[in-house]
Amino acid sequence: MSMLELHGVCAGYGGFRALNDISMAVEVGESVAVIGANGAGKTTLLRVISGMLPAAAGRLSMEGQDLRTLPAHKVLSTGIAHVPENRHLFPRLTVEQNLRLGAFLPSARARFPERLDYVYGLFPRLKERRLQFAGTMSGGEQQMCAIGRALMSGPKLILLDEPSTGLAPVVVQQVFELVRKIRDDGYTVLIVEQNVTQVLAVVDRAYLLSVGRVEMSGRSADLLASEAVQKTYLGL
Amino acid sequence: MKLNPAYAVGLAALVALPFAIRAVFPGSEKYYLHIVIQMLLWAQIYTGWALMGRFGLTSLGHGAFTGIGAYVTVMLWNFAGLTPLIGIPVAIVVAVALALLIGYPSFLQRIRGHYFALLTLAMVEFVRLCIVGLRDFTGGSLGTQPARYGDGISFYAVQFEADRMIAYFVALAVWLAGILVWVRVDRSMDRFALEALGQDEEAAAAVGINVTREKLKITALSAAMCAFGGAIFAQYQMYIGPDTIAGFGVSLNIVFGAVAGGIGVMLGPTIGALFTQLLSEGLRMFFQGSVTLNAMFGSRVLSLDTLIYGVLLVLFIIHMPRGIVGTAMEYWRKHKRGS
Repeated sequence: MSMLELHGVCAGYGGFRALNDISMAVEVGESVAVIGANGAGKTTLLRVISGMLPAAAGRLSMEGQDLRTLPAHKVLSTGIAHVPENRHLFPRLTVEQNLRLGAFLPSARARFPERLDYVYGLFPRLKERRLQFAGTMSGGEQQMCAIGRALMSGPKLILLDEPSTGLAPVVVQQVFELVRKIRDDGYTVLIVEQNVTQVLAVVDRAYLLSVGRVEMSGRSADLLASEAVQKTYLGL
Repeated sequence: MKLNPAYAVGLAALVALPFAIRAVFPGSEKYYLHIVIQMLLWAQIYTGWALMGRFGLTSLGHGAFTGIGAYVTVMLWNFAGLTPLIGIPVAIVVAVALALLIGYPSFLQRIRGHYFALLTLAMVEFVRLCIVGLRDFTGGSLGTQPARYGDGISFYAVQFEADRMIAYFVALAVWLAGILVWVRVDRSMDRFALEALGQDEEAAAAVGINVTREKLKITALSAAMCAFGGAIFAQYQMYIGPDTIAGFGVSLNIVFGAVAGGIGVMLGPTIGALFTQLLSEGLRMFFQGSVTLNAMFGSRVLSLDTLIYGVLLVLFIIHMPRGIVGTAMEYWRKHKRGS
């Protein structure tokens, strides 16, 4: 059994169907990317997994536990932490308060100090800014804070939604290095990205999404070498 | 809970206040006590509103809860002979039930901001129409009175209006209870959750906060406090009318008062009550007392104070969005850092 399993998942907004018959799996300890053009359904996919958007059909489970019946606030307790698109920090709370909210669940509160140390070790910058309002930081720092907040719950699986959006190229590279690092620290990562080359360089496997369907999947090196990816996304 | 020495002094001053009033204004003691009692009672109601208002849950419908508190209590007393000792809890339950009935579907459907405010506006109008429609019991728009019990001082009937001293301490206790509720909420994990969801609901759900339940909890508590305040207000005034304790006007006064004082800090709504009561009372006395204005406008001068009151509040909200207390605290903080 895989950690995260999706079978024939469909979802949409109103009459519009954004995801069609999606089946995929994420194994314990691996990092997986979902790539695709704008509007391919990548963000919708993560929203469905984390319960923000109900699936219209299909099955999805985390470690065998059915996710479809769980409301959004309960998904976190199955071990899934979502770093949403555009970060969604609490702008008028301090960095440390944001991190504290990451450990909001009673089970996570007890381990707050040690996880805070871990996150501050990962992002020394956050420690420097811990009393600053999260909304006043730079994009890169906010992204670090959002990832840090997700780590505070002690998740098994981290969903990253376009962490590189709106960041300077140097910072983007740092974010991808970070993805590699947290995977090496034992977290399972599912990342959605448009930065195809860079993300494929750090993940183990990837799914290529196109207008709501899985068009291709495989090891990242294979995908990177494939004609479909090269033509469509790299312009070669 | 540790008591800050400043609060202890303030509390002692509040206990001593009626005796000071009695000593300084022996002739008009009743009038001054009446003003202070009203301030305290409204302060509790404003605090109840701000409990949810501070988290971006802007209700324009809390006049419905004060109205239910007042009317249910008085109706049960007048027509069923039920003591307000039971009637007030019943009224609170009714108000909370209405709050949940309106709150649950709207929070579930993610109705927020202006839409939520409009919804609560409809709720308060609904309650007012019910009151007016049941005029055989409620006296319609003219209002009605709780049946007087004995000499008007009774624990059983929760009547205390005849003795202003007792009334003052009842009001003080009610207000203090409201402040304690505020402090409890302020120090709870719920406050943290509410502050987070007030800023970003989706992110709040993502960190495991049950957004709907947190909102419902604070709405129910806020409704309960305002229903309680409305009931005590009715018992003190010994008169209930849709314009004085239910309806949209009351809702607006609550919002204005709380916002003018500052909704994010413990004593903000209280200072707001102090300010609005002093302002309206001061204006009323000024216009009634002014010979020139009376000669110019005749009895129409009486409505002038409400007009100016409204204008002043508008100016206030534009120039001091954090309220009196919020602005003062900000100034204080800057001043301290500067020196």
